[in-house]
Amino acid sequence: MIAIVDYGVGNLFSLKSSLDYLGLESKITSDEKDLRDADKIILPGVGAFGDAKAKLESTGLILVIKEEAEKKPLLGICLGMQLLLEKSYEFGEYEGLGFIPGDVVQFDIPKEYKVPHMGWNALDFTQKNCPLFKYIKDKDYVYYVHSFYAKTEPKYVAATSNYAIDVTGVVWNKNVYGTQFHPEKSGEVGLNILRAFGELK
Amino acid sequence: MLAKRIIPCLDIRNGRVVKGVKFGDLRDVEDPVEMAKFYNDSGADELVFYDITASAEGRKLFADTLVNVAKQIFIPLTVGGGISSVEDFDRVLKRGADKVSVNTGAIYNPSIINEAAKKYGSQCVVLSMDIKRVDGEFKIFAKGGRENTGIDAIEWAYKGQEEGAGELVVNSIDTDGVKKGFDLEMLDAICAKVSIPVIASGGAGCKEDFTTLFKSCKGVDAGLAASIFHFKQVDIKDLKKDLRANGIEVRL
Repeated sequence: MIAIVDYGVGNLFSLKSSLDYLGLESKITSDEKDLRDADKIILPGVGAFGDAKAKLESTGLILVIKEEAEKKPLLGICLGMQLLLEKSYEFGEYEGLGFIPGDVVQFDIPKEYKVPHMGWNALDFTQKNCPLFKYIKDKDYVYYVHSFYAKTEPKYVAATSNYAIDVTGVVWNKNVYGTQFHPEKSGEVGLNILRAFGELK
Repeated sequence: MLAKRIIPCLDIRNGRVVKGVKFGDLRDVEDPVEMAKFYNDSGADELVFYDITASAEGRKLFADTLVNVAKQIFIPLTVGGGISSVEDFDRVLKRGADKVSVNTGAIYNPSIINEAAKKYGSQCVVLSMDIKRVDGEFKIFAKGGRENTGIDAIEWAYKGQEEGAGELVVNSIDTDGVKKGFDLEMLDAICAKVSIPVIASGGAGCKEDFTTLFKSCKGVDAGLAASIFHFKQVDIKDLKKDLRANGIEVRL
């Protein structure tokens, strides 16, 4: 079972539906026991970092997620991916979960590039052996919506998308994975990423 | 670079698509789920569902339709039609919509843009505008283009952005249905004033109209159309191949 962490941010309908569609058993939950029992965990999220971090804290699940991520695959999506980093500078300064060294920072790009970075952009693999890429190809398109992005060391970046700069698209550190884009909104490519995640041990 | 988006729009009345696609010569398909699948398979980047029912029963059918589509189609879904309160946003977002398009509702109550943006994020809020030239000026029309509000369209677009809209749909009443191309002059005027994504609507008659749109209006992010896709005058896959051949980035 894949536990989708429910901490009151964002709409989980599409994520749950896409896992159902793939035949992957999942549960939207904020119950510690479910996270302990699950064989994988997804940390979703939309909205602002500070607010999401506070809500996640109030569930009391942070320590559980940290312990379980030692043993099983964890996937952060969009803001859920940003939460995997050490720190965010979105409207203040907030501490993340620290699975991935680095910070979440504002776009500093030419004015003709609109922010949020919203729409379909191509993935450039930087580590093509990342297990999430089992069923997709370099240059496949995925759907992004975000105003801040993750800045980390190249060894934790599995794919980027170009938007004046190389925007971190996928992070990866051992058991911990994160996608800045929304796989549940990225058509076949997104489904194939979730399928690959579902097959991880 | 972000790909330019191609967006078909489906009008839904009482849970059925108003203009069905002809699948071969077999039948008119009016089932929204089948039609959404068809568009998804042909490479649509996003789908817009426009609820044109007026009755409560129709609304209920629309909600069921939306849930069924969202369970099987995993690209962004935008819902419009009769959105006049934050509760309306809630109603459709809970059923799988990713964005909500508001038009006349925002003209009568502009604060809805800000309230919805604060609650759900700007990325959820699409301001759709029906615009027509009146004495050489761009004016906002309400109620499906029937009523001149006298509001200046450029100012309204800017206000929408400042209130928190994440995207604008610019529908030109002057070119809508004429099929001689998008309203480039109107689109340029809007793009010059705002920095949020702009979706062009109204006037597409052939593939070349989209090439012209993206080549001449650099600020436009997406092209929206209905009947030319429904009646297969333009196939989305062919269209995207053409666009790419013309040096325009699209998702293929």
